[in-house]
Amino acid sequence: MSQAAEIDPAAQLDAAYDGLRLAGLTKSFAAFTAVDDLDLDVPRGSFFALLGPSGCGKTTTLRMVAGLDSPTSGTITLAGQDITRSKPYQRPVNTVFQSYALFPHLDIFENVAFGLRRRKQRDVETQVADMLDLVELGSQARKRPAQLSGGQQQRVALARALINKPEVLLLDEPLGALDLKLRRSMQIELKRIQTEVGLTFIHVTHDQEEAMTMADTVAVMNKGLIEQMGAPAELYENPRSTFVANFLGQSNLIAGTITSRASDVVTVDMHGITVSVPTGRTHTDGDAGWVGIRPEKVLIGEPGEELDAPGNTIPGGVVTDVSFVGVSTQYLVRMPWGQELQVFQQNTGRVRMFRVGESVELSWRPEYAFVLDQSQDASAGAQQVGVDG
Amino acid sequence: MTDLQDPQPGARARPVAQGGAPRPPRPTPTPTPARAPRGDLVGWLKDHLVLILGLLVLAYTFVPIAVVVLMSFNQPLSEQSKIYQFQGFTLDNWLNPCEDPSMCEALGRSIEIGLLATLVATVLGTLAAFAMVRHEFVGRSTSNLLIFLPMAAPEIVLGSSLLAMFVASGLAGQLGFWTILVAHIMFCLSFVVVTVRARLAGMDDNLEQAAMDLYATPAQTFWRITFPLVFPGILGAALLSFSLSFDDFIITNLNSGNTTTFPMYVYGVSRRTVPMQINVIGTVMIVVSIAIVVAGELNNRRRRVSL
Amino acid sequence: MAETTRRKGRVGYLLILPGGLWLLLFFAFPFYSLVATSLYDPSGSDFRGYEMSYAFGNYVDVIRDYWQPMLRSLLYGATATFFCLVLGYVLAYAIAFKSGRWKVLLLVLVIAPFFTSFLIRTLSWKLLLADDGFVVDTLQFVHILGADDRLLATPFAVVAGLTYNFLPFMVLPLFASLDKIDYRLIEASGDLYANPVRAFFKVTWPLSLPGVVSGTLLTFIPAVGDFINAEILGNTNTRMIGNVIQSLFTDANDYPAAGALSVILMLMILAMVIVYVRRAGTEELL
Repeated sequence: MSQAAEIDPAAQLDAAYDGLRLAGLTKSFAAFTAVDDLDLDVPRGSFFALLGPSGCGKTTTLRMVAGLDSPTSGTITLAGQDITRSKPYQRPVNTVFQSYALFPHLDIFENVAFGLRRRKQRDVETQVADMLDLVELGSQARKRPAQLSGGQQQRVALARALINKPEVLLLDEPLGALDLKLRRSMQIELKRIQTEVGLTFIHVTHDQEEAMTMADTVAVMNKGLIEQMGAPAELYENPRSTFVANFLGQSNLIAGTITSRASDVVTVDMHGITVSVPTGRTHTDGDAGWVGIRPEKVLIGEPGEELDAPGNTIPGGVVTDVSFVGVSTQYLVRMPWGQELQVFQQNTGRVRMFRVGESVELSWRPEYAFVLDQSQDASAGAQQVGVDG
Repeated sequence: MTDLQDPQPGARARPVAQGGAPRPPRPTPTPTPARAPRGDLVGWLKDHLVLILGLLVLAYTFVPIAVVVLMSFNQPLSEQSKIYQFQGFTLDNWLNPCEDPSMCEALGRSIEIGLLATLVATVLGTLAAFAMVRHEFVGRSTSNLLIFLPMAAPEIVLGSSLLAMFVASGLAGQLGFWTILVAHIMFCLSFVVVTVRARLAGMDDNLEQAAMDLYATPAQTFWRITFPLVFPGILGAALLSFSLSFDDFIITNLNSGNTTTFPMYVYGVSRRTVPMQINVIGTVMIVVSIAIVVAGELNNRRRRVSL
Repeated sequence: MAETTRRKGRVGYLLILPGGLWLLLFFAFPFYSLVATSLYDPSGSDFRGYEMSYAFGNYVDVIRDYWQPMLRSLLYGATATFFCLVLGYVLAYAIAFKSGRWKVLLLVLVIAPFFTSFLIRTLSWKLLLADDGFVVDTLQFVHILGADDRLLATPFAVVAGLTYNFLPFMVLPLFASLDKIDYRLIEASGDLYANPVRAFFKVTWPLSLPGVVSGTLLTFIPAVGDFINAEILGNTNTRMIGNVIQSLFTDANDYPAAGALSVILMLMILAMVIVYVRRAGTEELL
């Protein structure tokens, strides 16, 4: 798939690459393949998110990096060292577990000191004290994990891993057990700590908002493969597959036929209406495609109204549903070919609201649209949208 | 609905307007702090009925214990007297617990067998529990059955099976300390496996992975994480084993030959004149076991509250 | 993804081997021996030795001779189990839902009496139920018992003793399953069903069923096989199957008959356990 293209071929040969590199990593269980021939580079010092629905193989990937599962084939290299077969306790990698996995019989101090003591480090006392201060738990050192709140336990788990200054810190859905408000503040906290300590963080999550908020690079995983990888804004604005288009936010996908390809623009016939899309946003070689447009990029107006969208105008819509959600109004508009499109309109106060049954015209700027391969399922990844926790 | 029939205002245990009828205005507007005692008592009894019944059942379980404690201060029964009842207060039984040396000999033997059986059963049972929870091997389900069945079989069946085997293998003349020990280890073993297995299965296995992730070798992981967390289960299993072994009569009796354990001694004297010293032992047993449980609970609390 | 992966390899065998071998040698093999003994020629004896003659007639003989104690055992065991269930349920319910912060203390108190020797406890009951004892005198005074009636050496005494001695085997599993129930469910059911009795049978009882099943089994099995209560508190008319097996082994030295009775007892209990567990729909217990 497309992930092969993400790897810089020059870097692949470079033994001095100081980040984490997964090459051809595969993990098969008896009945299925959890991770399928995965290639991935995580640069040193980055905050990297592996995003995908449950069962997509992201946790298995993480466990292989931690050494808790061993790959069926492929290699894992960290700072030029092959660690594929080394034991978990031999790798400079630490994990923040989803359930935190704090040792219930040890107090907070001893939990945090655990890794240092195993490696017979000096000044355990000062290091632990400093680390507890960093996560603002200095006063809780002698309590047991069960006496702390969920958010505090989460910070202990983080401190316990961070104190070892690992090459890579793995976070397995670390905020999943927290309530929404706490999760927000922990997201900011995690980002602050990552910037402060400058370690490589790999964060596994199924929450697209969390991934986009925190990570500088997001890899979207599906069925053991990486669908697309890049900066959050790039993934959102220019998805390359229907899965990414639907899993990150929402998309309108309209069937169309490509009628001409120029060097900078592609024209698509969409149920008799011609629209244009930049060539760089067209991700199919065939003639049939899905024209994609995000609901907030679609403008809505009365028939014949002049809209700020030169190029693509789609007439003949009828409003079938109106939801007022405060910052915006969300419309469902039935098109002449029967499909209902989603339109989000900002409530700037300068536009009027439409009512159910009104005839409208839609339009969007060509540079916001994208074209995907029509062999892909138009609803892939869609059901997971908005699913949280 | 007793409160509705009560014409006295303020007699209601709860001032809730039940039914549709509006309450008649009170003749005196001042609040009545003192509720009528009858309605209050009925309401209280209703609320606490289950608790009261439960405590009555609990009290019932202590009746024979009270008798044991009382009889430990009883004067000895005369040789002729077949009637087992309170004769008069004395401390003699407590001052001379071993008046009948054969009783203390039997007691010592029971403790010895109990300790040995506990040691062996706890070690073997703990190992087996680890195998059952952590390891895959051919014969798992057979092992499971082999562990379950001794607990489902009545003691008389276990005892007679062992006796049948000992006799069939020509060991009928060798019955005694060692055959009792073998039998006790056998029936304690299943209980140890079940107890430790429950503790082990309830353990989050992320904990061991977390330890490994934090640079603990497999040996360090076992001794610093697994063992301390399973230990309460092992300790509980050991205490259970000891009390099962110490108290066993049915299996022991069939496989003991001429050896006498404490329960067998009690059974023997129950047909003759009962020396009151057995009640001293009975009282000590309950005091010691309550002390162990209370100490364990206090220890738990101390750990939970601070440090 | 915290799926427990069981490790393969030699270690598992090494760990299970000592315990498994012990149970094989001293539980499974003896049971085989017992079955063999039950088929020996009944004319053999301790001195002359026994001969294997596949004497299935032994089974017919013991059923003919001892069907009464057999039936009596089942009856006493079932009655005692029923009383244990009633008393144990009240106690377990009170501890689980009504004891507040005294829960642990009450649990300790439930187990505590049973740390005294089984035989000493039973002897206490013998004293309590004795002919001139307080209980009998009181019952005679209020004319529940006639002047010549007695408690000791009656089926009542045996069942009472069984009930008492096996009560904790009922209370603990009942408590374990009641304690897991969210009390708010029971309160909510109070809203749905006006009648608290109906609410109990619609909500609490079904949720506590696993505890009821394991509790009744844990009580019934040892109660049926017990002979100490019948021996100390009963008389010759209250002999249970355990008394018969015991005396056939130790007094009469009739090993084949004793073996046959033991096998029958074991099979009866296994059959009942299987049927009972199937019908109660809690097979995961086994």
